[in-house]
Amino acid sequence: MSEQNPQQGTETLTLAKAITRALHDEMAANRKVLALGEDIGKLGGVYRVTEGLQKTFGPTRIMDTPLGEAGIIGTSIGMALRGYRPVPEIQFDGFVFPGFNQITSQLAKMHGRTHGQYQVSVTVRIPYGGMIGSVEHHSESPEALFTHTPGLRVVTPSSPHDAYWMLRKAIAHPDPVIYFEPKRRYWMKGEVNFEDTDFDPFTAQVVREGDDLTIATYGPLVPVALAAAQAAVEDGQSIEVIDLRSLSPLDIPTIEASIQKTGRLVVAHEAPTFGGIGSDIAAAITERCFYHLEAPVIRVGGYHMPYPVSRIEEEYVPGIDRLLEAVDRSLAY
Amino acid sequence: MSQTQNPTNPWGTPERIQLMNEAGETTPHTSFSAYADELTGEDLKDMYRTMALTRRFCDEMTSLQRQGQLALWVPSRGQEAAQVASARALAANDYIFPSYRDHGVLLERGITPEEITPLFRGSGTLGWDAKKHNVHSYTLVLAAQVLHATGYAMGLNLDAEIEAETGEAQTGQGQATDPTQDPDKPAVAVYCGDGSTTEGDVHESMVFAASYNAPVLFFVQNNHWAISVPFSVQSRVPISTRAAGYGFEGLRVDGNDVLAVYAATRYAMDKIRTGEGPVLIEAETYRLGPHTTADDPTKYRPEDHGATYEPLDPMLRLEAYLRSTGQADDAFFDDIAAYTKEQVKSVRSYVLASEPETFETYLDRAYAAPHQQVEDDRSFYRAYNDGFEED
Ligand SMILES: Cc1ncc(C[n+]2csc(CCOP(=O)(O)OP(=O)(O)O)c2C)c(N)n1
Repeated sequence: MSEQNPQQGTETLTLAKAITRALHDEMAANRKVLALGEDIGKLGGVYRVTEGLQKTFGPTRIMDTPLGEAGIIGTSIGMALRGYRPVPEIQFDGFVFPGFNQITSQLAKMHGRTHGQYQVSVTVRIPYGGMIGSVEHHSESPEALFTHTPGLRVVTPSSPHDAYWMLRKAIAHPDPVIYFEPKRRYWMKGEVNFEDTDFDPFTAQVVREGDDLTIATYGPLVPVALAAAQAAVEDGQSIEVIDLRSLSPLDIPTIEASIQKTGRLVVAHEAPTFGGIGSDIAAAITERCFYHLEAPVIRVGGYHMPYPVSRIEEEYVPGIDRLLEAVDRSLAY
Repeated sequence: MSQTQNPTNPWGTPERIQLMNEAGETTPHTSFSAYADELTGEDLKDMYRTMALTRRFCDEMTSLQRQGQLALWVPSRGQEAAQVASARALAANDYIFPSYRDHGVLLERGITPEEITPLFRGSGTLGWDAKKHNVHSYTLVLAAQVLHATGYAMGLNLDAEIEAETGEAQTGQGQATDPTQDPDKPAVAVYCGDGSTTEGDVHESMVFAASYNAPVLFFVQNNHWAISVPFSVQSRVPISTRAAGYGFEGLRVDGNDVLAVYAATRYAMDKIRTGEGPVLIEAETYRLGPHTTADDPTKYRPEDHGATYEPLDPMLRLEAYLRSTGQADDAFFDDIAAYTKEQVKSVRSYVLASEPETFETYLDRAYAAPHQQVEDDRSFYRAYNDGFEED
């Protein structure tokens, strides 16, 4: 773990280490930033994302808490009311629910309820998504439950650079942010440019340009969409890929601009399609781009069933082939 | 499945602290009388005034609700001593997280009756300046605030650490009070009901508070009912007993006795301020009326409830004490009646005239910073309304 701060230039890091570095740099920059969660101190978290930080910042800024998600979130709210910027870690997606009440009915509403008197700058880190071969409750994608809650911001990076800046900006932001970490991409490497200080975490980004169709996705599926777009070149198809990055706020204008160009949209995520963020994007684009659309918006996502056992998870999580099948369906109109 | 109705407590029951009995007669207590002795006759009369205002205000709000002027009212009748005396024992800079019934706490803290009304009128969510009074907003989700209080108290410990490093006192998120002027080290007090202690949040609060030695007072008003569920079903043991299980002190106090409540709270806050961590106080009090205006206690409460509890009324008790010790006479109580009547008159006209803030204010406050979907909704809202104006 490097000690230089402020960081300069670029460096190649894994997504996990980019998060570690972001937390480190934001803690170094602001004495009131602290992290808390189960096993995040000495162990460095089950994914080692907070590894080494307790050595640097001590046990009162990297706190190993007792087991209790409501306790972790609820006390984070109290510390934020006192002026701190807590970064609680939820160990796995499926374990956020004991703390869900505190997130949705308290954290999300505190600014409004207090007539704007109090900001609660809490950034909840949640590793999410499947394809790590794990057991029940370790591979879920509950993001729509949070995007449906006014008062929360929900972001998810797909690259080390975004992971770094998104977390720094989330921690420094006055609103509560749910920061979903695509756990199967923790070990993916990429360049982080430490000088990109104007980074806006609440915008979508066109990560590949194309003319025939747009795939909008986020987090763990971005590399899948890029690979699908690459494979489609062989069939003479030119696919644009949008990394949404922020799920609330949702950067509709960026998707809209893309659809005005391509006329076709496939939205993909690992979460179940029914009631998912993809449904919302489909509806919004239909409402705004009806006359530009050459085909209905097609959603690709998880099935309406609890996340399956890991030996068959490949059938649940969209891969390149399911994306290409949706692309073909759209282009057939 | 049968529920436990007459629990026994083989592990022993904490002493029930009482300094003034039901007839308003005082008995000295070796550990607690010293704290009660801090209160002068004027202090007691002042507390009586706030308790009387709390009750009168409560009655007025109940009738306003019956007249359709309020969405709901949560009466505090019977709990005035527990609320006013505990709040009085706190320092001005102690931060309070109330439950939804703690009007006496708020009034003691200098919040006006008017400022308590918007939540119940349906015209606002917070009517007072939380930072000025160091009193947080009400929340209607049971027990959630108990964790916030614990976290806030953990924050005070972190403040102390920063102050030790930098020499600079911390103000948190802009408390109105100046920390360099604090005569007492600030701490936190949180209020909840006996039923709320069943919620997991309270358990986690107590574990976290103990783990981090947080300077927080858990003040549980055991009014014997959680809507229709009697205390005998809530718990086999007095709530105060549970503190030992978390590793801190639990006190059981006669919650209708202003002297005992004040003394126990002062004792607890002294202990908390010395860094000994949290304390739990269970104030045994009684809910004389319904739970809320939506409730009907005749459906579940024994018929002799009134006969049992009305004589224990904290107002009657303090009145008997003030009279028997010659500190107050008819003239005093007449003055109080006139004062509370006057206060309440202005509350009524305030409520009737009060209007909610504009719809857009609520869009403004959903987030601290601009948000795409809020802006989209705002544009729609404006265009929709403009459409009517053109017609
Ligand atoms: C989480 C939650 N569940 C249920 C309710 C509905 N409710 C409001 S008050 C109440 C009973 C509370 O009893 P207690 O905690 O003893 O406090 P009291 O109202 O008697 O002061 C219930 C069930 C609620 N407000 N919040």
